[in-house]
Amino acid sequence: MRKTLIWAALGVAVALPLALSLNSPLLAWRDPVYILAGLAGVVAMVLLLVQPLLVAGSLPGLSGLRGRHVHRWAGLGLVLAVAAHVVALWVTSPPDVVDVLLFTSPTPFSIWGVVAMWAVFAAGCLAWLRNKLRLRPRLWRRLHVTFVSAAIIGSVVHAMLIEGTMEMVSKTVLCAIVAIVTLRVFVGLKVWALFVPQRR
Amino acid sequence: MKTSPVSRRSLLATGGAFAVTASSGVLLPARAQGVAPTPSMRGGSNNYLPGAPIVERIGGGGFWMSGTVRRAGDGTPLEGQRIQIWAHTTEGHERDPHSHGATLTNAKGEFRLEMPQIVPAFGQAHGHLAYDDDAFETVFLRPVMASSSDTSLSVDFVLNPV
Repeated sequence: MRKTLIWAALGVAVALPLALSLNSPLLAWRDPVYILAGLAGVVAMVLLLVQPLLVAGSLPGLSGLRGRHVHRWAGLGLVLAVAAHVVALWVTSPPDVVDVLLFTSPTPFSIWGVVAMWAVFAAGCLAWLRNKLRLRPRLWRRLHVTFVSAAIIGSVVHAMLIEGTMEMVSKTVLCAIVAIVTLRVFVGLKVWALFVPQRR
Repeated sequence: MKTSPVSRRSLLATGGAFAVTASSGVLLPARAQGVAPTPSMRGGSNNYLPGAPIVERIGGGGFWMSGTVRRAGDGTPLEGQRIQIWAHTTEGHERDPHSHGATLTNAKGEFRLEMPQIVPAFGQAHGHLAYDDDAFETVFLRPVMASSSDTSLSVDFVLNPV
């Protein structure tokens, strides 16, 4: 029963914002590439919700190592979704995206988006190169948590300031859940302990 | 303990208010000497297609883009100036040639062009306007609508003679 409820709740949290954004009136005035760009952004936001749940092992059937394994694939999905978002926007209007990437855009929300993008890529690279980098586990986790925090804050502010295809209430709720769940998982994993000097 | 009727906080606030008043009073006469030229806005020239044709209306209309054009310094209204306009609307993307059009100012320096409803694009409902002829310095504007349900947008140009 509890299992079913958790998966059902996650299903609603993921499907509702996606479905509502696919019914946005703005879509009528956008070509397919632009629609894809917006959708990729929503998918990325949804993956930001799934990621901490997988790491904490909160999803029934996906606890422990299995959750970590799926976390890696979901992370790859997140990096690809963010890349698709930016590339499809670039195809839609190259000068606007160039402005954004060079931090000369007139729109403040795009700056938050760029910061979140680099943070997602950095967190992803760190995971990809984990074995090669041979960092101390504690340092690795510290860096990963830092990049993830920047990605979450950047993405939430970016999404909230934008007038786009996401429906306002479902967007606000999704952003709130992403922030709360991440915080909750950070607390559960005691991540603050990573940032205080270790006792010898 | 005796407390002064004037707290440190209110003293600082009053003092600060005096300082602001004094400094702006010094600045005002300098500004009154002339109308400053409008600077181009960030991103104003994005998706600009030079030489938009002068049209009666862009597409089916329903939305009004209006404004004034004046000369820097004395603020004289400028007649017959070509203002080019484009935006992401219900009828097309910014880069589509049919989303672009131009109009001329009247004797009072005013322009007004009907175009399709502007819809939010790249996160904001906004328009693009350009003055790009020889007599004055080029200016690109990118005004943002207060609400995406607005059916008009107004923006003023003050042009600097070349």
